Amino acid sequence: MSVRPRMKELSDEERKSGFDEVEKGLALHQALPEASRCLFCHDAPCVSGCVAGIDVVGFIRRLKTRNFIGAARLAREANVFSAVCARVCPSEEQCERPCSSTNLAEPIAIGALHRFITDEELKRGIRPRQAGTPTGKKVAVIGAGPAGLTCAHELAAQGHEVTVYEAEDEPGGLMIYGIPRYRLPREVVNKEIEYALSPGVNVKTGVRVGKDISFDEIKKDYDAVFIGIGLGYRTQADIPGHDLPGALDAGEFLRLAALGEAPRLSGDVAVIGGGNVAMDAACTAIRAGADKVIVLYRRTEEEMPAWKREIEFARKEGVEFRYLVAPLRFVETDGKLAGIECVSTKLGEPDSSGRPRPEAVPGSEHVVDVSYAILATGQAPWPEAKEVFSGIELNPSGTVKVEPDTLATSVEGVFAGGDAVNGGKTVVQAVTDGKLAAKSINDFLSK
Amino acid sequence: MVDLSLEFCGVKFPNPFTLAAAPTTDSAEMVARAFEAGWGGAILKTTSVETEEVSLVYPMMSGIDLEDKKLMGLQNIDLISERHIDEVEKDVKALKKEFPDKVVAASIMGSKKEDWQELVRRLEAAGVDLIECSFSCPHGMPERGMGSTIGQDPELTERTARWVKEAATRVPVVIKLTPQIADITAAAAAVKRSGADGVCAINTLKSLIGVDLDTFIPYPNVGGFSTYGGYSGPAIKPVALRCVAEIAKAVDIPIAAVGGISTWRDAVEFLLVGATNIQICTAVMHHGFRIIEDLIDGLSVYLEEKGMSSVKELVGKSLPFIVDHSVLSRAYKVISNVNRETCIKCDVCYIACRDGAHQAIELDEDRFPIILEDKCKGCGMCETVCPVEGCITLIPRES
Repeated sequence: MSVRPRMKELSDEERKSGFDEVEKGLALHQALPEASRCLFCHDAPCVSGCVAGIDVVGFIRRLKTRNFIGAARLAREANVFSAVCARVCPSEEQCERPCSSTNLAEPIAIGALHRFITDEELKRGIRPRQAGTPTGKKVAVIGAGPAGLTCAHELAAQGHEVTVYEAEDEPGGLMIYGIPRYRLPREVVNKEIEYALSPGVNVKTGVRVGKDISFDEIKKDYDAVFIGIGLGYRTQADIPGHDLPGALDAGEFLRLAALGEAPRLSGDVAVIGGGNVAMDAACTAIRAGADKVIVLYRRTEEEMPAWKREIEFARKEGVEFRYLVAPLRFVETDGKLAGIECVSTKLGEPDSSGRPRPEAVPGSEHVVDVSYAILATGQAPWPEAKEVFSGIELNPSGTVKVEPDTLATSVEGVFAGGDAVNGGKTVVQAVTDGKLAAKSINDFLSK
Repeated sequence: MVDLSLEFCGVKFPNPFTLAAAPTTDSAEMVARAFEAGWGGAILKTTSVETEEVSLVYPMMSGIDLEDKKLMGLQNIDLISERHIDEVEKDVKALKKEFPDKVVAASIMGSKKEDWQELVRRLEAAGVDLIECSFSCPHGMPERGMGSTIGQDPELTERTARWVKEAATRVPVVIKLTPQIADITAAAAAVKRSGADGVCAINTLKSLIGVDLDTFIPYPNVGGFSTYGGYSGPAIKPVALRCVAEIAKAVDIPIAAVGGISTWRDAVEFLLVGATNIQICTAVMHHGFRIIEDLIDGLSVYLEEKGMSSVKELVGKSLPFIVDHSVLSRAYKVISNVNRETCIKCDVCYIACRDGAHQAIELDEDRFPIILEDKCKGCGMCETVCPVEGCITLIPRES
């Protein structure tokens, strides 16, 4: 029996029938006793566990005395997307992991408490941030995801004139177009974007750098540039037959679902891959009408990169998991996808990632009959980046190469961060990169 | 930004949060750290003349827990500071030099008129902003005719306070009172008559914190014997709140509140019943000087939410709502109401009503509590025990 409080959730029926947020947050009478369980350690380890460096123990102390707004403001000082991260952070792996209470019973439910104070703050409205005294310097931010918006926010608060260029019609990046609404409601993201822009950040949406405006023009017109373009929507794997009707890319599928334009699915749907995007695609497929969703993964649950919480979430929605199976090609019937030819695998010696290499078992080829297949084997960096940002040095994987301490790229005055640099981590990492880049840009402009 | 500054006995405190005279203020180094953390003032640990012997015993601290929560109350058998006036003078000078905007006060205790007056003159010369006199320590000192021996007698209180006030030429004099007196307003009125400037309420309550069930020796065990101590912490807050309210309603004199204050919410309550200064000790001994961040932030956000620009606006706001029991309305009737949506069906309310009240709750076949309208008096016991915030409410009956 867990001592941690459990959030209310939608019922099994409710959750599958729409995109309403599944988790409903803690009630006051759950949050207060949980806060009261905190030991308020000296030099509290949870603070160093938070990627963004939120004063976790500080906000729990404020929460405990019902100073919810003070608590929320304290968290927001360190994280512009505090309410988003309260929902999507892997807190079990971050702030909660070093919690001293683990030695007594269980770690404090920091993620849930963080969610509680941000919900209280959203109810009352987030206090906007003031613009700094104008410095006369201009900064361009390319990409309105969490990294770009955080960077823009911090720089505008310092008094720089900041313009964000965003290729999509709305700012938000993966917070809008990647993470499904049943985990991260649109209203929450929109309120925090509004806060991010509050110190007077300009946004130009529907403008794709490299197509509508060149990178050279931007470099010419601005004193500094931040690149936070995230990853592309296409997956890395190339399986024969992937252009058949019925074969979908997870990134593109989630983007369409976010726009309300996801294809209506039916019959059995396979999701190939074992990361969080695969879990999101699987649960979105259920909501899009799939009769049954099967996740195919070439290693075992042990090696799955998806967070435990995400796996449990998918399992609760009836997603079936098949391990030690790898796709070979998509099978066609009457011009559309009808199945996936797979091969069974076994775990071999560790590969470069440190995980055991899945090896095909000869003679184990078989077909999994499905109407749709969603490929979620990892998103790749934008392939166009090399051409669009000519002069900027990239890593062999296609991510942008930066100095880790400053996030400076190989071109003076150009900085980069978020998924475009790290190959795909967390929202909180993107926010932290955005803060670090803003500091570096401010230093650069003050020289 | 809201203004947290508050005047007490003519002295401007940058914020009302002041460290009470206690182990937390027994050195300039500690007080300096507290000031850096944000505390508005400090009453240095009680001192006396060099001839007054201070002989401490250890262990001196014992706590009482509320089930799994540590320190619902704390008992000490500490006495006044082992550091006499000569050392305290040095601390006062150093602290006032480094923190001219913070309030540095001294707490004194004496047995003779000459001692009280010498202490006042020397501390004034050292530069204190305020002098507090302990007429109220309930343990150790009364055996020597000091502490609460004075505070329990309005005549002794008035006489001693007058000695101190006579000697003070520049700084205000505040008398710290004991709650262990039949009528605390009589003691406050005695202070007012003496000409002293303010009162501080309350000192600790005399206690026996517990007994070791194996050795039969009460806590704390000092080499096989124990003694009575002074009880502080959250457990005594309601007593302190009552004392401050009673004094505020009866006597026109500035009040520094002390006794179980731990959070900004407690502080707001004491301001609402008429205090203009807030002293804290046990919560700091438990959680450190850093609690000042939460006290200041919580109070600031609260004032902001209430649309108030200064903490002064809170002072005394609740006093008009406190009346004699006989004045309370007999026509006002309420009935308990259970929210079916949020009820977790623990039925703790059922037990409390059945065995502690009016047998006015029945359970339906789903274990859901049903209020029996004809039996419910609206006593409020069920609301008090319900673990779900806002689930049980008392609603006025239609007459």
